[in-house]
Amino acid sequence: MDAYFSIFMNIGLPLLIIIIAVFTGSILEKRHFQSIEKREKEMSGIPVLNGKKYPGERPVEKAELVSGSVVISIDYFKKFLAGLRQIFGGEIKSYVSLVDRGRREAILRMKEKCRDADLIVNFRIKTSSISKGRKNKIGSVEVYAYGTAIKFK
Amino acid sequence: MLLTNIEEIPGKTIVEHYGLVTGSTVRAKHVGRDIMASLKNLVGGELKGYTELLEDSRKQARERMIAQARELGANAVVNIRFDTSSVAQGASELYVYGTAVRVE
Repeated sequence: MDAYFSIFMNIGLPLLIIIIAVFTGSILEKRHFQSIEKREKEMSGIPVLNGKKYPGERPVEKAELVSGSVVISIDYFKKFLAGLRQIFGGEIKSYVSLVDRGRREAILRMKEKCRDADLIVNFRIKTSSISKGRKNKIGSVEVYAYGTAIKFK
Repeated sequence: MLLTNIEEIPGKTIVEHYGLVTGSTVRAKHVGRDIMASLKNLVGGELKGYTELLEDSRKQARERMIAQARELGANAVVNIRFDTSSVAQGASELYVYGTAVRVE
């Protein structure tokens, strides 16, 4: 009985955790992408420029700094896959989708803070890892997006 | 206080420059949040605790910069930049800087 228990604790439990992580992780990710796409369509009325000049000289009513940020983490299973990937090299797709999710979410949050704006100029985006120096215990990134929202008269 | 990250405030003219104003803060996350984040890390997704923490810290850094600008008699800050760096294990520094100006 004890032997079975120790087998379960050593192999079964991590396996169970991985299986749970695979399912919930991929479902949550899919759901998140769906919500991002829906909101992107909603918010497509506000163009984002990363230059300082905007076409057409029009009187401006309001200009303000807007920002959006998100901390997003990868799931356990994908982190495990990424670890395997590092043996052979090449593109780590799971991290690509993680950063993509984070960036798009941050941009959306920025836009959602200025729904009445006509455009956003001088857009900048920063990505930083906040769990550095902790042996990468948590595979997460912080994305910070900011710009100047302009509303014309 | 008007804030932008371009060189001017559109629709207004800058009448006086007061120079650089800065604000910074170093924050650590507390253990409870760290444990929650580790659990959330299992399935991936947004770590809301950390997002909130960083938002709060940025707001504080920004407030400090605004206070400095106000002391100089400015009513706007232009060309704002943000910077993040990790200074110690589990702590990050948030730094914000810009040029204080008076606009009309």
